[in-house]
Amino acid sequence: MTTVEQTELDLVEDEHERILAQTPFQRFKADFLESKIATVALVTLVAIVLVAIFAPLIAPQNPYDLAQVSVLDARLPPGTKSEFGYTFLLGTDGAGRDLFSAILYGLRISLSVGVMSGFIALVIGSAIGLIAAYAGGRVDSVIMRVVDIQLSFPAILIALMLLAVFGKGVDKIMIALVTVQWAYYARTVRGTALVERSKEYVEAGVCLGLSRNRILFRHILPNCLAPLIVVGTVQTAHAIALEATLSFLGVGLPQTEPSLGLLISNGFEYMLSGRYWISFFPGIALLLTIVSINLVGDQLRDVLNPRLER
Amino acid sequence: MTAYVIRRLMQSVVVVLIMSVIVFFGVNVVGDPVDMLINPEADQEDIEAAIRALGLDKPIGEQYLFFLKNAITGNLGKSFIFGEPALQLIIQRMPATLELAITALLMAIFLGIPLGLYAGLKPDSPASRTIMAGSILGFSLPTFWVGLMMIMVFAVMLGWLPSTGRGETATFLGITSSLFTLNGLQHIFMPALNLALLKISLVIRLTRAGTREAIHQDYIKFARAKGLSPHRVIMVHLLKNILIPVVTVIGLEFGSLVAFSVVTETIFAWPGMGKLLIDSIQQLDRPVIVAYLIIIVLLFVTLNLIVDILYSILDPRVRLGEREA
Repeated sequence: MTTVEQTELDLVEDEHERILAQTPFQRFKADFLESKIATVALVTLVAIVLVAIFAPLIAPQNPYDLAQVSVLDARLPPGTKSEFGYTFLLGTDGAGRDLFSAILYGLRISLSVGVMSGFIALVIGSAIGLIAAYAGGRVDSVIMRVVDIQLSFPAILIALMLLAVFGKGVDKIMIALVTVQWAYYARTVRGTALVERSKEYVEAGVCLGLSRNRILFRHILPNCLAPLIVVGTVQTAHAIALEATLSFLGVGLPQTEPSLGLLISNGFEYMLSGRYWISFFPGIALLLTIVSINLVGDQLRDVLNPRLER
Repeated sequence: MTAYVIRRLMQSVVVVLIMSVIVFFGVNVVGDPVDMLINPEADQEDIEAAIRALGLDKPIGEQYLFFLKNAITGNLGKSFIFGEPALQLIIQRMPATLELAITALLMAIFLGIPLGLYAGLKPDSPASRTIMAGSILGFSLPTFWVGLMMIMVFAVMLGWLPSTGRGETATFLGITSSLFTLNGLQHIFMPALNLALLKISLVIRLTRAGTREAIHQDYIKFARAKGLSPHRVIMVHLLKNILIPVVTVIGLEFGSLVAFSVVTETIFAWPGMGKLLIDSIQQLDRPVIVAYLIIIVLLFVTLNLIVDILYSILDPRVRLGEREA
């Protein structure tokens, strides 16, 4: 063996040892940051979330405090100076609200509705998926048939049907979003849990006499987490987009909860007279949110997929 | 085969029944059917007559059977706004929606397949990268917002295309459609493109993936070795093989085009079923809402049934798999 090959081999071995010395989280972090686009998306997403959380501190005005808003300021183009000393960076909307502030507040509503409904759907869906996988037989086939039938209808249609019957409101749109999403989680968890159930550690748990619930929730469920996280990110992006669409159609959130979709909808009537910014900028905020969640989700899928492990 | 079709048909009937229970439950139990189905502006006598006509004075089980019977005979009450039977209103609006969905489907096929083929054949060219970046955007952009931006650019700023309505229609071979007049074509272009965007992205990705996979297969190498022109290899040998999955997916997506047309129709004021639904929800015209729900469930169950049966004809594994399960 020549010396050159020797050093190369050493290098490979060093690399291998270095990887082994990392904690799983460090390895995950290194893998994730390998993609530049995903890193940029993650930074954007974190920034969006922070901006949404701290909206009252960042926004130049509280757009829903009538004392701070003047109707005389309505529909001012971006960059106009306001009488309160700050600039309307993105212009004002039809009621004279600073659009930048309204977008920050809208992000809060859009994100919280999307994330909360996603989380509830995740809990319900995973529980049902686990039951299906563990019970098997008739229970499993009935649950999966329901999942299949539901997934054969487009999400927007199911949500529209529910909202058409129940009317609009925060609680109703949450119910609609959870109904639309639970099936994806159920299917994912069932698929993974079926694979996990036949593994030795579950058998060992059964032999040790652990209770069924303990095996399900402490042993099988944690091993289903990777695909769940991936489905969760993608579904959250879907939920945010769906809520925006439904609110735009006027069947989602009420005017008292102005999410990004409602802001876009409110700007629609001014668009034909050329006042583009009232719809344009909330749309950009929505777009940035959805695209960055999707890109982060894509990278998570690549990193968490054991088949692609490098 | 027959057994599979019958079983699948039974399943569809069960789905329709379950849906009818949900709609019935939503209208008659969660809400007050008297408010929901009877015009609030009617006088006391009319209200009582309507209660009897709808069977609302009977016990709940009987009411459900009554509701089913009315639904089957097409008696779903009159629209509060238009004063016409709700079902008839929906059916009148259906051609406009189907026309929009079919045009969008054709756009997805005739734009998506060539673009995807190009991106698959020349994966590293700048044009392919642009196409793929565009398809990612097509997936992520909220459809309704893209529609608004299209109106802003092409209707308001450039003034090239009209932004609302269906335009002139003409009748050809017994079909009345705006596809047969120039004015109608101008009107349908933007809404159909808006509705098609997501599907174009999907078809591009499917075609590209299929092309990338097929290009390394032996039959392509053999066709090349035989000395066939690249054009013939691509158009006949390659395209034929990648089209099967693409066509299946497009067929499955037709239903979602009909569903999504609710959004597009609202933006472009297209007089179809979807716009009628949104208008009815806003004006609380409940008989129309109920009629829409019933029609759309039937439409979807039928579509899913047709796709499944076609699929089982094309791919025997589906029906054989059923038998084992």
